[in-house]
Amino acid sequence: MNTIPILELCNISKAYASRKVLSDLSFTLAAGEYVAVMGDSGVGKSTLLNLIAGLDEADSGKIFVNGQILAAGDEVAATELRRKYFGFIFQAFHILPHLTLLQNVSLPLLLNDMPLDRTAAMLAAVGLGDRGHAFPYQLSGGELQRVAIARALVHRPRLILADEPTGNLDPDTAQEILQLIRAEVKANGASAILVTHSHAAAATADKVLTLTGNGLTETRR
Amino acid sequence: MSGQLLSRWLLLGEWRARRLQLLVAIIAIMLGVALGFSIHLINTAAVNEFSAASKSLTGMSDLTVVAAQPTFDERRFPEILQQPEVAQASPMLEIMAGVLGFQETLRNPELKIIGLDVFRAAAITPDLLGIPAEDSQFDTLSEDGIFLSPAAMEWLAVQQGDQLTLTLGAKQVTLRVAGGLVRAPSGQRVGVMDIGAAQWHFDHVGWLSRIELKLHSGANLATFKAKLASQLGDGFLLVEGTNQDARVHNLSRAYRVNLNILALVALFTGAFLVFASQVLATVRRRAQIALLRVLGMTRQQVLRQLLLEGGLLGTIGALLGLILGYALAAIGLHFYGADLGAGFFAGLTPSLHFSPMAAGFYFVAGVGVTLLGSLLPAWEATRTQPAVALKSGSEHEALAVLRFPWLAGGCLLLAAIFVRLPPVGELPIFGYLAVALLLIGGVALLPWLAGAFFGRLSKRYERHPKGAVRTLVLARLSNASGLAAIALGGILASFSLMVAMAIMVMSFRLSVEDWLTHVLPADIYVRTVIRQDARGFTPEEQQLITSVAGIERIDLMRSQSVLLDPDRPMITLIARPIDAHQPANTLPMTDAVLPPQALPKNAMPIWVSEAMVDLYQFTVGREVRLPLGDSTQIFMVAGVWRDYGRQFGAIQMQLADYRRLTGDRHIGDAAIWVKDGVDVNEIVKNLRALPFGENLKISPRNEIREISLALFDRSFAVTYLLELIAVGVGLLGVAASFSAQALTRIKEFGMLCHIGLTRQQIRRMLIVEGGLLTGFGIIIGFVLGVAISLILVFVINPQSFRWTMQLHLPWSWLAIMAFAMLTAAILSVYQASKPAISRDAVRAVKEDW
Repeated sequence: MNTIPILELCNISKAYASRKVLSDLSFTLAAGEYVAVMGDSGVGKSTLLNLIAGLDEADSGKIFVNGQILAAGDEVAATELRRKYFGFIFQAFHILPHLTLLQNVSLPLLLNDMPLDRTAAMLAAVGLGDRGHAFPYQLSGGELQRVAIARALVHRPRLILADEPTGNLDPDTAQEILQLIRAEVKANGASAILVTHSHAAAATADKVLTLTGNGLTETRR
Repeated sequence: MSGQLLSRWLLLGEWRARRLQLLVAIIAIMLGVALGFSIHLINTAAVNEFSAASKSLTGMSDLTVVAAQPTFDERRFPEILQQPEVAQASPMLEIMAGVLGFQETLRNPELKIIGLDVFRAAAITPDLLGIPAEDSQFDTLSEDGIFLSPAAMEWLAVQQGDQLTLTLGAKQVTLRVAGGLVRAPSGQRVGVMDIGAAQWHFDHVGWLSRIELKLHSGANLATFKAKLASQLGDGFLLVEGTNQDARVHNLSRAYRVNLNILALVALFTGAFLVFASQVLATVRRRAQIALLRVLGMTRQQVLRQLLLEGGLLGTIGALLGLILGYALAAIGLHFYGADLGAGFFAGLTPSLHFSPMAAGFYFVAGVGVTLLGSLLPAWEATRTQPAVALKSGSEHEALAVLRFPWLAGGCLLLAAIFVRLPPVGELPIFGYLAVALLLIGGVALLPWLAGAFFGRLSKRYERHPKGAVRTLVLARLSNASGLAAIALGGILASFSLMVAMAIMVMSFRLSVEDWLTHVLPADIYVRTVIRQDARGFTPEEQQLITSVAGIERIDLMRSQSVLLDPDRPMITLIARPIDAHQPANTLPMTDAVLPPQALPKNAMPIWVSEAMVDLYQFTVGREVRLPLGDSTQIFMVAGVWRDYGRQFGAIQMQLADYRRLTGDRHIGDAAIWVKDGVDVNEIVKNLRALPFGENLKISPRNEIREISLALFDRSFAVTYLLELIAVGVGLLGVAASFSAQALTRIKEFGMLCHIGLTRQQIRRMLIVEGGLLTGFGIIIGFVLGVAISLILVFVINPQSFRWTMQLHLPWSWLAIMAFAMLTAAILSVYQASKPAISRDAVRAVKEDW
C-alpha cells in the first residue's frame, strides 16, 4: 500500500501587500481522502487552492505533491505537476465555448500526451454520452458542470481541486453534482479537496476542515 | 501528436468564433503584400527592361566614350582608334526623332535612331545590326533604309518596305523600313541605320554621340581609362557598364522608393489591424487561456499557440497577397505602363517576370508583420497569472500592457531628431523613419491621451449628470481607455495618413500651379515635336517665326542635355534671355540672388535648379566648370530656382553667352507674347501656315498648364490609389475593432439589458461612444497628420525629388474627410451593435466566459 500522502503542506504562509492570508499552515491529505474546506469569505480558501496547484507561490513553507516538492519559482515543473496530478472543477464551469464537449473533455489527455479513448466513457459516466458533439452553449449549467467533472477526472489525476463547484447551481442539481463528484473521485481512486460555503456540500466529503486565521481545524460532523 | 491535435482544435475553435475579424485581418495583410509585391514587380520589370535596352545599345563594349554634351566632333575618332589598347572601336550617332502625325495622339512621339558603321558595330553591338531583305543585302549601307526593332514596328504600325516620315526640328525625313534587327529587347523602340546616312539626314555631318570600345585582352581597363581621360580632356566622360546600371537605377529610384513606402504603409496599417484584432481576441479569451494554463499548458505552449494563430493568418494573407500582387502588376503594366504614369520609362513595354526572391521577401514581410502584431498580445496572455485571469472582470488588466508612455515619448523624441538628419544614399530614410515613429508614438500615446481627455470630460459631467447612457459612455471612455485606444489606433493611423497625404498633394499641386504661372508668362509656346531636338530651328526658320504678324515679343530658347556624372541621369542646360538684375522676372527663384555687380569681372552667371544644389553642390556664389562648346567654361552660380519639371537638375544661362561660347545659332523653343487686341488663335493659324508649320508643336499657355496639371494628376494617380487602399484597410480595421469590442463586451450588454436598459438605449450608448472616440481620434489624427505632412513637404520631398514647395492646408477637403471618417465609423458601430442588442447578449450573462 502507498503510504506517501498525496499532498503535504508544511508551515505555509502567504500575504498580499500588508494583509496576511495564510500563516504557518500545515496540512496532510492521504491518498484517496476526500475533504471539504470551509471558511468565511476572504479567509484564504481560494489562495490555498492556488498555492496547492502551483498557480501562486507561498512566501514561506513547503508543499509536497505525491512526495515531490513543489519548487518555488520553477514554473515549468509546477505546470507539469499540475497537468499530471491535478484535476480542477470551478464554480464558473470554464468550458471552452468553441470546442465540442468531447474536445473539451479531451484537453487534459492531449496535454499529457495520453490516448483519447477514455473521453467518451468519461462523458458517458457523467450522463452526457450522447452529447459529445454538442457545443457548450447548447447545455444547461448543471450539464456544463458535468462536463467539467469529466474533464477533471479523464486523465486519472491523483488530486481533484474543486472550488465552489455548485455555487452556480440550484440545490437539487447541486446535490446531484456533488454525489457525482464524490462517486467519480472514489471510482477513479483520486483524492479531492472541495472548497465550499455550503454545509450540504461539505457533508458529502469524508471530513470537513475549517480554515480560520489560526489554520485548518477538523470539524466534527 | 497530441500537441498538434490540441493546437488544431484550439485554432479551429478560435477561427469559428471570429470569422469576420479573421477575414478582415487576412484581407488587410493580403492587400499590403499585394501592393508591395505588385509595385516591386512593375518597378523591376521597368528597370530591367530599361537596363537591358541600354545594354543592348552598348553590346560587348568594355568602355563607352561620350561627351558631356550630346555630341562631339568625329575627328576625335581616329585618335581613339589608334590607342594600342583598343581592339575594336565603333562610332555611333544617336538622334531622337519626332514621329510625324503622332504628336497629338501619343505622349512620347519620339523614336531613337542609332546611326552605326555596320562593319565596326558587328564586333561590338551585333544585336543592333539590321536584317535586310534577301534581295537587298546592301540595305544596311543604304542612305534611306532604316531597320526597326519589333516594338518600334508594332508601335508605328509599319512593315518592311513601308515609308516612315520622321521630323527633326523643322525638317522632315522620309526613310524606308528596310527590315528588323538581329535582336532587340522585346519592349524597346529603336531604329538603326548607316551612320553616314544618319549624319546626313539629321543634319549631324561630322558629329558622333559615342564611341564603343573593345580592348585587347590583357589591357588594364583602369589604367587605360585614366590615360584616355587625360588625353580627351574635360569635355569627355568614359562610361563603364556599372556607371550605366547606376544611372538607370538613379533615374527613377526616388519615385520607386516612394511607391514602395506607400505600399508598406498599407502593410503597416494591416499589421496594426492584426494587432488590434489579436489584442481584442486575447482580452476576450483571457479566462480561456488561463484555464489552459491551469490544466497544464506551459507559457511557451500558449505563446506558440497564439503566434501560430497569428502566423497562419499572415501565411494565408501573404499567399493570397502574392497572387493578387502578380495580377495587379500585370493589370498595372497593361493600363498604366512601366512607370505607372510617372513618365520615366517612355518607349518601353516591359514584360512581367515572377521573382521568387521578391515573392519570398514580401511573403516573409507579410507573415513577419502579422507575427509582430500578434506578439505583444500573446506575450501579455502568457505573463498573466491564471488564477487572476480566471476571475471575470480582470480584462482591463490585459490592456494595462498597452500603455507605453515611455515608448510614445521615445518615438516622438526620435522622430524629432530624425527629421533633422540628412538623406542616406540620396534617400530620405530618416524622414520615412520619422513618419513611422510619429505614427507609432501617436498610437502609443493614445490610451493616456484618451484617458486624460475623457476623464476630464467625465468629471465635468459628474457635476451635472444627465441620463444613464451618457454616464455609462463617459465612465467607460475615461476608465477603460486602453480598450478604447484599440479602436482609436485604427482611426488615428488612417486619418493622419489621409490628412498628411491630402496636405502634401495639395501643397504640391498648388505649388506646381504657382510655378506654372511663373514659368509660363508668354501667351504661346512653340517648339519642335520632341523636346531638346538635336537640330531645332535654324536662324532662317527663327526669322520666319519671329516675323509672324501680331507678335509683341518673342524669347528664343535652346536646351540640351549635359552629362556631368556618368552615374547620374543627364541634366538639362537651358539658354534663354534672362534679366540678370531681376532673374525672378523669368525664373521662380527660391532665395537671394547674386546681382551682376557682385559677380567677378568676365564671370558668366548661371541660375541652377534646387536639384543642382543637392546633387552637385552648385551653391550660390560658387564657381563651376561646365563643358560647353569646344572646351570647359567657368561660370558662377548666381541664384537657385524652383523646378518641378526636371528632377535630375537644370541650369539656365544667358542665350547670348551660349551662342558666343558654342557658335550654335539654332533654338528649340520660342515663347511668344501677343500684341494687345490680337487673337491668340490668329497667331497659331499664322504659325501653322509657315512652310514647316506642320512640324511645330504650338501650345497656348492654358493648354500647357492643363496638360501639365493632368500629367501631375496622372503621376499621382497610383499614389492616390495606394493611399486610398491604406485608408480602406484602416477603416476596415476600425469596423473590425468595433465589431470585436462588441463581441468582447456582450456580457456587459446583457447585464445592462437585465438591469433595465432598452436595446435602443444600448445601441445609442454604443453609437455615442463610437462617435466620441472617432471624433477624438480625428482631432488627434489631424494634429498627427499635419506633423507628418510637414515631414513629407519639408524633408521627404526635398530629399527625394530635390524640390521644395509651399505648405497649403486644404481645409474644406480636410473637413469632408473628417465627416466621411466620422460617418463611416458610426455606420460600422451601428452594424457592430447588432449582436449587442440581440438575444445572445441576454443569454451571454449566464455564460461563464
